[in-house]
Amino acid sequence: MTKVNVYVKLRESVVDPQGTAAKEALQAMGHNTVKNVRIGKLIELEVESNTVEADVTKMCDELLINKVIEDYRFEIEGE
Amino acid sequence: MKFAILTFPGTSCEVDMQHAISTVVGGDSEIIWHKDADISKYDGIIVPTGASFGDYLRPGALAKSTELAKQVVAFAATGKPVIGVGSGFHILVELGLLPGAFLMNPSLKFETGKVNVRVNNNTKFTSAYEQDTVIALPYAQQFGTYYVDADTAKQLQDNNQVAFTYTDESFNSTAAIAGVINQQGNVLGMMPLPERAVEEIIGGTQGLPFFASTLKNWSEQ
Repeated sequence: MTKVNVYVKLRESVVDPQGTAAKEALQAMGHNTVKNVRIGKLIELEVESNTVEADVTKMCDELLINKVIEDYRFEIEGE
Repeated sequence: MKFAILTFPGTSCEVDMQHAISTVVGGDSEIIWHKDADISKYDGIIVPTGASFGDYLRPGALAKSTELAKQVVAFAATGKPVIGVGSGFHILVELGLLPGAFLMNPSLKFETGKVNVRVNNNTKFTSAYEQDTVIALPYAQQFGTYYVDADTAKQLQDNNQVAFTYTDESFNSTAAIAGVINQQGNVLGMMPLPERAVEEIIGGTQGLPFFASTLKNWSEQ
């Protein structure tokens, strides 16, 4: 079994209202060092395959990612 | 003319849609569950609103995994009409039948109310409206922000593919787009809900010309 972490983030051109709300909340708490927040997601997969990279790429392209608004990368963690 | 109204887990407004279609002369429909369905015999497809698969992953995304989704794509290719309203629009976008994607409302909340949209009557779904008339339609959505990149937005406008436009910055949609059609003109997606505006008693009839146009133009095919 191979563990794969897929990191998904909104494309730079896309406004992220959740990130903006979180930034404003942090600043309201006195964290004035924070200048920007973008919220993405982490998808953890467990894959049983000899072609993990190709399989995960296909899964991302067909379902997990919407490339109109999202970018992604993934890390294969091993056994 | 008989429509199939498609339902997935989480779909919630199929009966409203069936009622709206029945208010127009000649309007007939059947509610179809996504499993074991065969939609090829129908004259048109409607994907009603209601958060399919709980909006998990992305709104409309998980509906792609169903057998019915493949049938919808094949059905659209035949040139017959396919309509998605609210969450149904999400599904059509995720299936690649319409361009773009959806983001959470700027408020981050589920919102409901009425919104003004300007109608482009140069589509087979909207011809019964006066050109550029502004109508108020109900909406109910958490993922109401329609996003396309600037080039795509321009293409949509140049090709007469924008069917409905918000009259203000509601939902921060790109180019204030509230509804679009595909290039062939047979697939329509819109976020406002015309099926909730077909009788005075439920707050207006400004959705009626939508159903009248659709039934008239597509039954003449």
